[in-house]
Order: sequence, then C-alpha cells, then structure tokens
Amino acid sequence: MLAVLADIGSTFTKMTVVDLEREEVAATAQAPTTIADINLGLQEATSRIEEHIPLPADRIAYRMACSSAAGGLRMVTVGLIPDLTGEAAKRAALGAGAKVVGVFAHHLTRKDMAAIAALKPDILLLTGGTDGGNERAILHNAAAIAQSGVRVPVVVAGNRAVADQVGDILHSAGLEVWVTENVMPEVGELNVGPAQAAIREVFLKRIIVAKGLDKAQETFGVVMPTPSAVLRAAELLSVGVAGEPGLGDLVVVDVGGATTDVHSIGDGRPTKPGVVWKGLPEPFAKRTVEGDLGIRYNAPTILEVAGRERLCRALGYDEPDWDAVVHKLCAQVDYIPEDERAAQRDVALARTAVEIAVDRHVGTLTGVYTPFGEMLIQRGKDLTGARCLVGTGGIFAHSGGARKVLEGALFDPQHPASLRPMNPEMRVDRKYIMAAVGLLGEKEPAIALRVLKKELPPL
Amino acid sequence: MAEENRESTPKGRVVTGVIGADVHVVGNRLLAMALERAGFKVVNLGVLVSQEEFINAAVESNADALFISSLYGHAELDCQGLREKCIEAGLDDILIYVGGNVALGKQDWAEVEKRFLAMGIDRVFPPRTPPKVGIELLEKDLAARKRSKA
Ligand code: B12
Repeated sequence: MLAVLADIGSTFTKMTVVDLEREEVAATAQAPTTIADINLGLQEATSRIEEHIPLPADRIAYRMACSSAAGGLRMVTVGLIPDLTGEAAKRAALGAGAKVVGVFAHHLTRKDMAAIAALKPDILLLTGGTDGGNERAILHNAAAIAQSGVRVPVVVAGNRAVADQVGDILHSAGLEVWVTENVMPEVGELNVGPAQAAIREVFLKRIIVAKGLDKAQETFGVVMPTPSAVLRAAELLSVGVAGEPGLGDLVVVDVGGATTDVHSIGDGRPTKPGVVWKGLPEPFAKRTVEGDLGIRYNAPTILEVAGRERLCRALGYDEPDWDAVVHKLCAQVDYIPEDERAAQRDVALARTAVEIAVDRHVGTLTGVYTPFGEMLIQRGKDLTGARCLVGTGGIFAHSGGARKVLEGALFDPQHPASLRPMNPEMRVDRKYIMAAVGLLGEKEPAIALRVLKKELPPL
Repeated sequence: MAEENRESTPKGRVVTGVIGADVHVVGNRLLAMALERAGFKVVNLGVLVSQEEFINAAVESNADALFISSLYGHAELDCQGLREKCIEAGLDDILIYVGGNVALGKQDWAEVEKRFLAMGIDRVFPPRTPPKVGIELLEKDLAARKRSKA
C-alpha cells in the first residue's frame, strides 16, 4: 500500500509517495502551487509522480497534505509581560507551526489595534495573567479587540479566573472565540499544549476554508501547517515509538528562501554542574523562526546582519559584489545556481544563516561575578549534548555543500557561551521529505520513524 | 463555578526569591514553604533574581507582596530603585519585605532599618528572623489595607 503526501508550499507543491510495506520513499515530484485552485498543482504533481510509479486507487492507503501556501498560518500573539505570558504565547504559536507576524504585550492601544488590523492575522492568540493573577490586562485587551472591528478568530489562553468573561466580550462583538487553558498557569510554568490544540482546530475549521485550501479536501486532507509537520517528524525521529527507539536529542535546521527555522527536541537542562538555570522553562519540542534569514527573499538581510566579511569567510575567498548577488537572489526567488561559484555563494549564505539562527535558538551561559567567584547562569536550552543534527530545505536537497552548511550549527570553542551541539551525528534530508513523513507520522508513527531513519542518512 | 471553589481562595499572593547575585537557597525554600503552609499562593523565583524578574512575576500574578531574601550582604545595593520600578510597572501598593542577612558585617540595626525604609521597603528583618514573624506582619498589613479600602 502507498501513502501519498503533499506539502503545498507558497511556490511549489511537493509530493512524496511512501511505500508502506517497504518503508521507503517510492517517488517524489513537484509542481508549481496554484493558489486560485490548489487542486491543479496537486494534479500536476500527481501526474509527475505517475511518470515514475503508477498510483492505482486501490493501493492508496492515505492521502494527506500540509500547507504553507497563501502566507502560511499568520498569527498575532498578545501577552502581558513580554518575558512571561508574552513569550509563552509566542512559543505556543511557533510550536503550532504559525508564522508569528506580530507580538504584543501590556495594554493594547488603538494604535496597536490598527497595527494588528494591518498585519491581517489568520488567528489572534490572547493571553495574559497567571491563573488567579492579573485580570485587568486581558479584560482591557479583549475590550480593545472587540471595539476595534478587527475580524479574526481569537484563541483565549490566559488567566482562567476571567477566561469566560473574556470569551463573552469577544463573542458579543461577533468574533469567533476558542477559550482554552492558560499558556502560563503559574509564573514560570509553560502549558502550551491546549492552546496549540485550539490553534490547530481553528486552522482545520476556518483557515483552510478561508485560504481556499479546502478545495483540496476532496482529494487531499490538509491536516496541519507545514512547520508543524516538520516538528512532528523531528519529534518522532528523536523520541521514537514503543519498540523502536529514536535517535535521542536532536536539532533540525530548515533553511528556506524567506526564513530559517530551527527545531530542537530535548529538555535542554544544564549539562555542567553548578549552573543555575533561569528564565521560562523550555518546550521539549521547540521551534524558532528567523524571519530575517532566508537565502532568497531574505538574502539581503543575511548580508545586512552578517556583513560582507563574514560571508566572504564562509565562502572561503573574496566576493567583491555581495550586494549585487543578494539583490539578484531576492528578485528572483526561484533562482537555481547556474555554475559552481553561484552554488558556493548559496552555500555560504545558508551556512551563515544557520550559524546565526542556531545561535539565536540555543541557550547561553553568562558569568555573574560574586564576592565568592564566578557563577554561571544558563538561559535557554543547553544543546551541547544533542545526538543528532539534521539539515532540511532546498539547499540540502540540491547542493553538494550540505556538510559545510550543517557545520554552521556546531559548537564553536571561540564562543563557548553559545550552547550549540558539540558532536552530533549529521544527517541530511536529501529528498526533501521531512514534512511529508511528519504527516505520515499522524497515521503510522512506527513506519514514519523507520522511513525517516532510512531516508535521512548520516553524512 | 464549582471548579473555582475547589481551590480554596488564598490569603494573598506572594512572590519570593533571593535578590541579586546571591545563591543562598536554603532560607528561601523554607520561607516559601512556610508561606504556602500559612495559606498564601507563592510564586518562588529561587536564587539570582533580578529586580525586573520580581516585578514581572508580581504583575503577571497580581501579587500582594514581595518577600525578598538576601544573605550575602549586598541587599541595600540590590534593592535600590525597586520601589520606583514597581510604581512604574503599575504595582502601586505592593508590599515589599526584605530579610536574611541584609547588611554587611555587624551594623547598628536601627540604622540599617532606617536606610531600607527610606528606600521604600515596607519592612526589613534582622538576621535569623523566623518566617512566622514576617508572615504574621503580612497578614496584619493585608488586613489593614482591606479595612482602609472598605
Ligand atoms: C551555607 C552558606 C553558604 C553556601 C550556600 C549554599 C546554598 N546554595 O545555599 C555557600 C558556600 C555557597 C555560601 C557562599 C557564600 N557565602 Co555564605 N553562608 C552560608 C551559611 C553558613 C548558612 C546559610 C543558610 O543556609 N542558613 C540557613 C537558613 C535556613 O537561614 P537563612 O538563610 O538566614 O534564612 C532564614 C531567615 O533568615 C529567614 N529569612 C530569609 N529571608 C527572609 C526574608 C523575609 C522577608 C523574612 C521575613 C525572613 C527571611 O527565613 C529563613 C528560614 O528560616 C551562612 C552563615 C549562617 N549561619 O547563616 C553563610 C553566610 C550567609 N555567607 C556569607 C558569605 C559572605 C558568603 C560568600 C559571599 C563568600 C564566603 N565568604 O563564603 C558566598 C556568596 C555566594 C553568593 N554569590 O551568594 C556571610 C554573609 C555575610 C553578611 N551578610 O554580612 C554569612 C552570614 C557567613 C558569615 N558569617 O560570614 N554560603
């Protein structure tokens, strides 16, 4: 039997067929995404698959899709204190596979509401106050949203004591509301699961229809946003299933044209003795997204953030005109390198994006000087002991520079405070199948796990 | 709401922690436990807590009081400006208590106390003050506040 799995991206619809008996990828193909009628792209990708293998209806066990088309799942989050419920809300949204387009805190003003309206979010996540804690902020913000006239489904995940009241305020303004558990029931306690389940429900019930993705529903059920599917695959590969162990703590870098995502699976506790761990607890499966690091749309911002010299160092020789290079890439997002040098520039950009993105994802150690000597404080995850490092994204599928790009994620003795993986086994998603196999994990976790192990070979 | 009633309403909400670069954790744990046993809802931030962390936790949890410990002798420096920042953050009438070993070496207690009160700290406690003493005063202060509001 076969599973036909589609990843409907903003430019390409990628299709992967998994042979469920052989537990391997039987074929992959892609076709341009067709936003007006998503089915056209799916049909085209299907016929390209059929050039390799037949797809008789009686052999197909599953058809599933994930999507990042039509802008992905755009979310705005609202919390009270930026470091507390503000951060918890953002993490909940990122872990649900959203593209977080705006992060707000404290009391929303009319100007904030205008900004939110302009961001056109698909979902707004409203939080604030621990259970039994601050009530004023979330009530104020519910009223501000209600009065603003912004039409957006709202997931409420704040102070339980006023959750119903907040729901009522929004509901009477005609907004659709999902009330769920607090993302931060106590200071320093993270509870993102229920909010993520609610986000997924809104995605399935509303967003898919709003974006016209339901047209695919008769053939392919769109079941989650693409980043969630990648995170599922990462979690499966790390944790394993009953009777089939995973690979242990791992880090996935996903380099795209517009963003670089980093996923880490593991608790991230301090590995050194005597270190004090501060800050919000870390989600076991954590996703961060760098909206300024991508090797096409956002190539110019990579240059801006890293500087010429750093890019030349990554390249290994001097490139006099990075400005022209990145502007060309930005203007021509489906560009495929035409020669060796152009491919090397892609690798240099991707490597630098990975360096910066992983740096922002992992935890840090800082020394505090006390009369007693130096104390070490860890914030974020210690990933130095990660067992495995996986690269996914076009650059890994197409170029020979996979190792060079992945090495950008490794621990750097020059910067020991950045808790990156020290000695992980490196694996590469050559066939670009991680999201597809993450989808399969919904139905056949054990098969999906074995497919991942087989199809993401060690370098 | 049946569910709400299952958790008995706390007497008040208190944020605890050891301020500054101080790692003496034992007293902090005992203090947090004593407060909980006395019927308070406690947010314990542990050691190495900055002023900002105290304030953030207090805003988010709508706290009535901060119970700050300091053992290593730098409490005065670490507490400077805290009251002003609380006011900025909208914590207009939060109670701030400080205890532990708040001053370096042997100093005249009356002098030490005066300096802390001048910084806007509501109550400061000499070394080895048992938690019970602070908790009873907190109950008194909260009751007085309730009366003045009513
Ligand atoms: C154990 C200890 C350590 C351990 C701490 C281990 C740990 N992680 O907890 C270590 C070895 C790490 C340590 C280090 C240092 N220590 Co030390 N340490 C002690 C010691 C011996 C006991 C502390 C303790 O646990 N007490 C037991 C608990 C239960 O009591 P407590 O902390 O006082 O808390 C109770 C009350 O005070 C009260 N309370 C506390 N906070 C508050 C707040 C409020 C609002 C209220 C109402 C009540 C209240 O309730 C608590 C429960 O009953 C004391 C000496 C002593 N006997 O107190 C020195 C002592 C605190 N340390 C001291 C010093 C100087 C240091 C160091 C700077 C260096 C050094 N020379 O050792 C470093 C600082 C490190 C740092 N950055 O914080 C001095 C402080 C001097 C001062 N304040 O003038 C002391 C007093 C020793 C001394 N006599 O010189 N120390």
